[in-house]
Amino acid sequence: MSIRTANTTMLPFEFADLEPFADWALPLEGQRYAKRLTSSMDELQAFYDAAFPRIDDAVAYLDRYPLNALPVDASRLLWLYCSLVTVTFPIEVWHQPNVPDAGASSIDCVVEFPS
Amino acid sequence: MAHFAKPAEGSWTEHYPELGTGPVNYEDSISPAWYERERDAIFTRTWLSIGRVEQLPRVGSYFTKEIHAARTSIVVVRAADGSLRAFHNMCRHRGNKLVWQDFPREETSGTCRQFTCKYHGWRYDLEGQLTFIQQESEFFDVDKADYPLVGVQVDVWAGFIFVNLDAGNTTSLREFLAELGAGLEDYPFDKMTQVTTYRAEIASNWKLFIDAFMEFYHAPVLHMKQAVSEESSKLASFGYEGLHYEIKGPHGMISSWGGMSPPKDLSMVKPVERALRSGLFGPWDAPDIGELPPGVNPSQSRVWGEDSFLFFPNFMVLIWKPNWYLTYHYWPTSHNTHTFECSLGFVPPRNARERLAQELAASTFKEYSLQDGNTLEATQTALESRVVTEFPLCDQEIMIRHLHKAVRDAVLAHEGRASETPVRVGSRPSSTAARA
Repeated sequence: MSIRTANTTMLPFEFADLEPFADWALPLEGQRYAKRLTSSMDELQAFYDAAFPRIDDAVAYLDRYPLNALPVDASRLLWLYCSLVTVTFPIEVWHQPNVPDAGASSIDCVVEFPS
Repeated sequence: MAHFAKPAEGSWTEHYPELGTGPVNYEDSISPAWYERERDAIFTRTWLSIGRVEQLPRVGSYFTKEIHAARTSIVVVRAADGSLRAFHNMCRHRGNKLVWQDFPREETSGTCRQFTCKYHGWRYDLEGQLTFIQQESEFFDVDKADYPLVGVQVDVWAGFIFVNLDAGNTTSLREFLAELGAGLEDYPFDKMTQVTTYRAEIASNWKLFIDAFMEFYHAPVLHMKQAVSEESSKLASFGYEGLHYEIKGPHGMISSWGGMSPPKDLSMVKPVERALRSGLFGPWDAPDIGELPPGVNPSQSRVWGEDSFLFFPNFMVLIWKPNWYLTYHYWPTSHNTHTFECSLGFVPPRNARERLAQELAASTFKEYSLQDGNTLEATQTALESRVVTEFPLCDQEIMIRHLHKAVRDAVLAHEGRASETPVRVGSRPSSTAARA
């Protein structure tokens, strides 16, 4: 994985508008869920508002490649959209980052989807 | 108002008269002494599901499984002839745990040519035979043939690996799983290799979580915030009715309707579900997996959505109409705690849209489980007060009646046999190979 520097971009250039949210391009479900729980609702809303309207564009872009042979920047785009899935519950349903009435319960991903 | 037909007796519960219809007591879920009886009668003597054949793809592939309720760790391996072997995970020299990495209490997996004990370097082949003793000449009349790993019965049903820790067990796995197992065996689990697994430590007795997942009477209430509000009030006013319930021996199943994949009215679901065509019931565009086996949708209902099977004692399989499956395991760690494991299996996605649809189904499931898990802790602590000891159950909660009765029957049957039979001494189990 490359290290982000001032003159490189993380995502395919067609998705330059999502660069400010490239830190959501996390490969593991555990990482994505942890970021959701440590984000404010304003942060989750900003990410959702930017990424949700471009779901169809992202899927169309990713479908140019076989799923198991995505270029690095396209993989990040897929992970970013996996993160969008993770934040839809706080935005569309709960109106808070964590699950209501779940208290101290936690459930951890121990085998990740191959991606 | 009944939407779906019930048996001639008037209710599902009365169709199985041995269950009774009176209030039930959950002392079996709060008593440490009863838990010890369950450990002895059930978890050391029943076929237990511990993994899938896909976890052991080649000769030398292995994984370990901690079975706390039986106070043991098991290692399962694919032997040189391709069959599966299972052993207690323990070196014959000084009793050290044989296979582990970094943390002795954590499960591990990998591929090896032989097992080597970390302590003094004793080695065992994939069939469990002792092949090397460090400084063998220092020992006194030790014959390696006398010190194999202690074998455990292992068998495979529908690609699921089971072990039975009772060396004297004479019931085959298929005989044990009986009709409910036979009706589901041909489901194409082997095509659904896109798997993710979640694990949680739950502060409740293991049976209370099974109770929660073997009734859907709670679903329109506990999870009402998950649907958009119109859908939520519609569901709550309908309540829940199962399509079909079936009990065979200690096992049971519920068949449910489910109109959410895809929903009739798209405005009833969340925006992301419309965008990705997926939700709790799974991706709306089901892969073709051919004809379903006869055990699925037993009432042949046109509105069928999902079947939940409980294979006694702690293994559930859920079959969803959009052609994917889910398993639950409940591994007790004390009378009021257990480890919950859930795996979701899908046909591998062909493109990003399918990948994201599966991600949404898994993510939705996780939100529900968190609510369920926390509710259980609330149930456990309240039950432990023993302020109330008798509780009513409705007809849609028949499987709760059945599970607690099946557990009680198993404990009393074992204790009855134990009091009649002299204890066997000195028998050493041999490994039984499974074809897979």
